[in-house]
Amino acid sequence: MTGTTQSHGFASHVGHVMRQNPVTMIAFGMLGLLVFCAVFGPALVPHDPLASGARILQPPSGEHWFGTDHLGRDVFSRVIVATRLDMVISVGAVALSFVAGAILGCAAGYWGGWPDAVISRGLDMIMAFPLFVLAMGIVAALGNTVENVIYATAVINTPFYARVVRAEVNIRREAGFVQAARLAGNSDLRIVALHIFPNALPPMMVQVSLNMGWAVLNAAGLSFIGLGVRPPTPEWGIMVAEGANYIISGEWWLAVFPGLWLMFAVFTFNLLGDGLRDIVDPRQRR
Amino acid sequence: MLRIADLRVRFATRNGPVDAVRGIDLSLGNGETLGIVGESGSGKSVTAFSILRILDQGGEIVSGAVRYGGMDLRQASERDLNDIRGREISMIFQNPRAALNPIRKVGHQIEDVLRQHAQATRQDARAKAIAALEEVQIKDAAARYHAYPFELSGGMCQRIVIALALACRPRLLIADEPTTSLDVTTQKTVMDLIRTLARDRKMGVILITHDLGLAGQYCDRLVVMKDGQIVESGTPADLSRAPTHPYTRRLVAATPHPGKKLHQLVVDGTPAPIPARGEVLLSVRDVTKTYAGKSGPVDALRGVSFDLPQGGCLGLVGESGSGKSTVSSIIARLQDASGGDVLFQGQSLCDVPASRFSRDPRRPLIQMVFQDATDSLNPRQTASQAIAEPLRRLGGLRAGARRDRVHELAEQVGLPANLLTRLPHQLSGGQKARVGIARALAVSPRLLILDEPTAALDVSIQALVLNLLADLRHRLDLTYLFVSHDLSVVQMLCDTVAVMRRGQIVEFGATEQVLNTPADSYTRQLLDAVPQPIV
Repeated sequence: MTGTTQSHGFASHVGHVMRQNPVTMIAFGMLGLLVFCAVFGPALVPHDPLASGARILQPPSGEHWFGTDHLGRDVFSRVIVATRLDMVISVGAVALSFVAGAILGCAAGYWGGWPDAVISRGLDMIMAFPLFVLAMGIVAALGNTVENVIYATAVINTPFYARVVRAEVNIRREAGFVQAARLAGNSDLRIVALHIFPNALPPMMVQVSLNMGWAVLNAAGLSFIGLGVRPPTPEWGIMVAEGANYIISGEWWLAVFPGLWLMFAVFTFNLLGDGLRDIVDPRQRR
Repeated sequence: MLRIADLRVRFATRNGPVDAVRGIDLSLGNGETLGIVGESGSGKSVTAFSILRILDQGGEIVSGAVRYGGMDLRQASERDLNDIRGREISMIFQNPRAALNPIRKVGHQIEDVLRQHAQATRQDARAKAIAALEEVQIKDAAARYHAYPFELSGGMCQRIVIALALACRPRLLIADEPTTSLDVTTQKTVMDLIRTLARDRKMGVILITHDLGLAGQYCDRLVVMKDGQIVESGTPADLSRAPTHPYTRRLVAATPHPGKKLHQLVVDGTPAPIPARGEVLLSVRDVTKTYAGKSGPVDALRGVSFDLPQGGCLGLVGESGSGKSTVSSIIARLQDASGGDVLFQGQSLCDVPASRFSRDPRRPLIQMVFQDATDSLNPRQTASQAIAEPLRRLGGLRAGARRDRVHELAEQVGLPANLLTRLPHQLSGGQKARVGIARALAVSPRLLILDEPTAALDVSIQALVLNLLADLRHRLDLTYLFVSHDLSVVQMLCDTVAVMRRGQIVEFGATEQVLNTPADSYTRQLLDAVPQPIV
């Protein structure tokens, strides 16, 4: 409870959140591993992920940790290299939907009335579609590229953010500190952006962590059915799709290892939620 | 009946264990009313919660004994305690609305308690529930049986909570700040009700409150708590006549009552000079406000007019729903009036709509201090950021000059500079109030609207803040519009009083005159409800 400076306070606060909750510490460790793979993976993997070889469909061994696939490519190298692409898709999609959801939610929650009605009903319409089918439709309509997978994933996730933000902004619209900000000469736009919205961050962080998991699954799902990323680019969804053909004949490693790695990524993001929320919540500081 | 010996309670917190209660000895006889008086954080509620073992998470009774009748409540099994809770010992909480299930009819909630403790059968539960409602003087109890909590006023809800607590005829009632969230007149009826019921049933009562005046009026015996310990105990008369402990002395001094002067609230206080009155600064002309309600338009204000001279201090008094907050927010230009005009320095404020007033050159001249210091500070801004906020938009100062001004303001309101980097939740209630006042003063306003600035504060903090306001008024030549429901506070600070009821001013005049010779019956009713000094 001493008068520390803001930046020092934040660093020690992050440290405190980590110590307080071992799960958060583990989750951030797992995230660190994923980020490390995404950044340095392509430079460090033992084999070229695209190079085919003579030794096809080899089970896991000391040479090929996760075995080789039907073209003799090293599954381990492909799984690790794919991390970057899948992370780019999910982080990009979540960032887009975070921004779009925040803007729409603030507008709907602060002004209410007809902007609220239009925005809320529009988002309800998106949510009324089976989301994966909607994403398929968007990718099919816009064209089969990685960017469009990102846009599609962002569109289907936006309503969740907008709803959280709308509720959080709405309950603070008439709060005392908002009135005080008005007396201090702030315009409506400044009040929403600088005073109300930051207070919606803690619940949004929980949404982000859940959403990251969904976004990874969604991207993998789209490429599983042949949309978005195309072979031979290494991507978890494609690898699971290709490996699925070989499970019956006993070559389980083709699908299982990419699947496990995908699960690891989703699990990491889901575990992050509480920790992220506590970090952006000033009330957790002492 | 109840005996507590050497009770110690400890809470595990982020900063290590905190001793909330450190060795308390208490006893309560049959039919006796005991008041536990202290400020927030003094451990008075924790003591009460320990009796029924309903401490919050992290709380633990470290040592001591709690004996009720012949039973040791500390060793009792959870099942025995469940039998005792509600039937032998009952509790009333501070916020009646939070204590009731919002989606269940109040009659059913009373039935639940009765049947839980096998005091009623399915057949007669309803009749008994209605009888319980009648006992707390609810008119037309059979119809109220079907009401949901949101359909009832705060005072009504508290009566329902009392009916719930007393339904099984307990022998001991613990009332934790039962009237803090209620208006003065409602406070009086609720407290009178508790007293009558306690006498009729020969029931013991423990009244927990921060209000020494209230406790003194309704209790047989008082104990004063500070920092988890009892510093003094005795009859109300003894305590107020000859308080021995310095803390009790401070508390007795800080308790406002009619006729007391502002500087008498603090020990060794000196009166602040009153600034000279000038010309009319603010003139409110026949202001009306109509809201579109669900069942037709609601008239919140029906023609309010008054003048406030430069250097004056007008007390706007009324109960919740009287429209006093609507008036203040219209003057502060946070909302528009439906009709009428507000003149400031002779010019109309209403020609600029409230939505565009934030860029008006007159914006800095009218500032406001809000009721709830916690709610009015952005939880993400430090104290210095909060104070600097008006300067940033209205002050036109560079970063360096702004920082100097923030320090100057902090000094003016008596906020230590090392607290400026703290976030609101790291500050105490009094410190938050000071930040709110400093923020309002930042752009050198002429008119300061004070919307119950001390309602959420402990009496000793209230005494300091009120004296600070009186001092600032003189030093900075400010004009105050003081909105409050508490006449005993208004009479000390204000030179003019306007009493509001149902959107109208029912009485207006010099403070002395309104308080000593009230012309309106409603004003008399308000005056009667103020707890009398204990002598």
